[in-house]
Amino acid sequence: MSDKPSPKVGLFVTCLVDLFRPTVGFAAIKLMEDAGCIVDVPRAQTCCGQPAYNSGDRADTRAIAENTIAAFEDFDYVVAPSGSCASMLKNHYPSLFAGDAGWQARAEAFSARVFELVSFLTDVLGVKKVDATYEGTITYHDSCSGLRELGIKAQPRLLLQTVGGTRIVEMGESDACCGFGGTFSVKYPEISNEIVGRKTENIGDTAADTLLAGDLGCLMNMAGKLKRQGATTQVRHVAEVLAGMTDTPPIGGSD
Amino acid sequence: MAVEITSPQFKQNTRDALKDAPLQRALGKVREGFIHKRQVAIDALPEFDALRDSARDIKNHTLAHLDLYLEAYEEKVTEAGGHVHWAETAADARGIILDICRRVDARTVTKGKSMITEEIGLNDFLEQCGVTPVETDLGEYIIQLRGEHPSHIIAPAIHVNKDQVESDFRRVHDHLPANRDLSEPETLLDEARRVLRSKYFEADVGITGANFLVAETGTSIIVTNEGNGDLTQTLPRIHIVVASLEKIVPTLDDVSQILRVLARSATGQEMSVYTTLSTGPRRDKDPDGPDEYHVVLLDNGRSAMLGTQFQDMLRCIRCGACMNHCPVYHTVGGHAYGWVYPGPMGAVLTPSLIGIDKAGHLPNASTFCGRCEEVCPMRIPLPKMMRHWREREFERGINPATQRVGLGLWAFLARRPALYAFAMSIAIPALSLFGGAKRRYRYLPLAGGWTRYRDLPAPESRTFMQQWKQREALKQEARP
Ligand code: SF4
Repeated sequence: MSDKPSPKVGLFVTCLVDLFRPTVGFAAIKLMEDAGCIVDVPRAQTCCGQPAYNSGDRADTRAIAENTIAAFEDFDYVVAPSGSCASMLKNHYPSLFAGDAGWQARAEAFSARVFELVSFLTDVLGVKKVDATYEGTITYHDSCSGLRELGIKAQPRLLLQTVGGTRIVEMGESDACCGFGGTFSVKYPEISNEIVGRKTENIGDTAADTLLAGDLGCLMNMAGKLKRQGATTQVRHVAEVLAGMTDTPPIGGSD
Repeated sequence: MAVEITSPQFKQNTRDALKDAPLQRALGKVREGFIHKRQVAIDALPEFDALRDSARDIKNHTLAHLDLYLEAYEEKVTEAGGHVHWAETAADARGIILDICRRVDARTVTKGKSMITEEIGLNDFLEQCGVTPVETDLGEYIIQLRGEHPSHIIAPAIHVNKDQVESDFRRVHDHLPANRDLSEPETLLDEARRVLRSKYFEADVGITGANFLVAETGTSIIVTNEGNGDLTQTLPRIHIVVASLEKIVPTLDDVSQILRVLARSATGQEMSVYTTLSTGPRRDKDPDGPDEYHVVLLDNGRSAMLGTQFQDMLRCIRCGACMNHCPVYHTVGGHAYGWVYPGPMGAVLTPSLIGIDKAGHLPNASTFCGRCEEVCPMRIPLPKMMRHWREREFERGINPATQRVGLGLWAFLARRPALYAFAMSIAIPALSLFGGAKRRYRYLPLAGGWTRYRDLPAPESRTFMQQWKQREALKQEARP
């Protein structure tokens, strides 16, 4: 570690991790602490606001954004274990305040400090390897927002290569959407189901025993479909494997 | 008269599409063919992204001065001996075209591929008025025989397989000997050409669309792969170009820039096989060409998009890349969208042209995966504009009540972190218990949309916030 002061990081847990998969939050904290950060979790956070934002409800989105920005003002960095939520905070929050100079400046200052977890580790902290082992063959799905709005593709693979005991096999169309799309998955379930069906076919073709990704929404969707199809694939958030925290049962169970 | 709108029944349309086995097979080809070919073409052109920027800038500049360029264009067309007709609505455009056909007593018109004539429902209208339209693009010809509409803006018959085409040809071309080989795309094309050849000479009027209208010269440009457009516009006495007003570009130089991204994005070709420029009618020394040259310039709601959140959509050059890369289009095909324009570009454009009250499903039926914007050669922010449509719907309260109530309840909590944490600290552990040893649910009340097709993973245990609070409290106690 350099002798620079330890960066103060506020963890934006994300609502799905908070409610469904706390292990991901603790894995994120471990990874950042191992890299020399001081991590805290502001209580006054709920969700990034995407359900409202993508449903056209700007007023509620803005209210949620104001809460979030205020809660994280004291940190050097704001980090989320999700490309989708991180991009919401980073790329979309400022547009909510167009025409309100004061808030827009605050939102922009906030956005500049926001990062997705894995790219934060590699691109900001310069982490090149992790201290973890995981016995298994892994395939990695590139979640859309992380991939297209934040350019996350090489970073998770770079770190996964340093996990002991792991082999990575790429699936076909790893950059195609899994069909989750937030409320899309329940508004248009038939279409969503077809899309995730193509995804699980690609996953099955790799014969990998573990599926990883960086977004819990996509992971719950793919895990739900795999389990319904009777697949035994273990589904986990990439942070769990990178942090060596794989004692909890996989997402959706293991059988 | 205009094309029937089934966009309000989008959900039913998609269910029908999912059950349509030939369609599903055809969509598999979209997924593999178009995506791969585009990628190969783009990998071979390092300056592709820079070209996209300049293509975008050219169109932005044009849209900012649209009135000036349209006037300049009209002046040049007139100078070259042609006529420009301004059509505010689809009905105006149909009327203008019919008047021209009637004046020359036209019985048949040949047509090159044109989405604008689809938009104004021209074929049905002409037929009802006693003028027979004959489509000359192979794909358009096939769907005309089948009484269908295009399901893709550059590959109108992509949903039809070659066995279906063969049986359509045998049904309609009743002179065909039974042993005539129609088993390959080439033999089908030969047969279509054979039938169409005489039509070109019989036609009194040829109607084409336009990919570009050039202000500097008054030229209209079409790009095609079959050469049918050339015959359509040069053999009949009268050539009518039907184009929407955003097709305008300032100069030929600008066109050549945009052409470099168009075919690559569309079919992966460097250039389409034919790029045909027409300026005015036949001149004295020209060996061929029409006696009259008309341009019908259609607005049909486009000028109302200028200066709004939807102006960027007017940059669209109809390459089809957005639908070729769209997971929803891949799943349901073009007809499900219920009007002329499918896929992401349709999800933005259709509400502008027929109203969000009718087209509400379209901008909602997107996962926002962003791949359309990633591939759009004109850098049109399609997901952002779909979201703007959702905002308009929300403001007008026309999205379904169940969604509004659910969202309202959730937002009420999400705006109040302490209350939210409290509510979740009760709900989540209970839900987690209910997940049992399997750690998932096959069915959950109120989550039917999800659990009909997928299991729902159960929450791990207590919320992160509960566990974090406890961990912090323990740390505090441990301190001396
Ligand atoms: S929106 Fe873009 S990608 Fe889609 S057809 Fe238009 S130019 Fe092509």
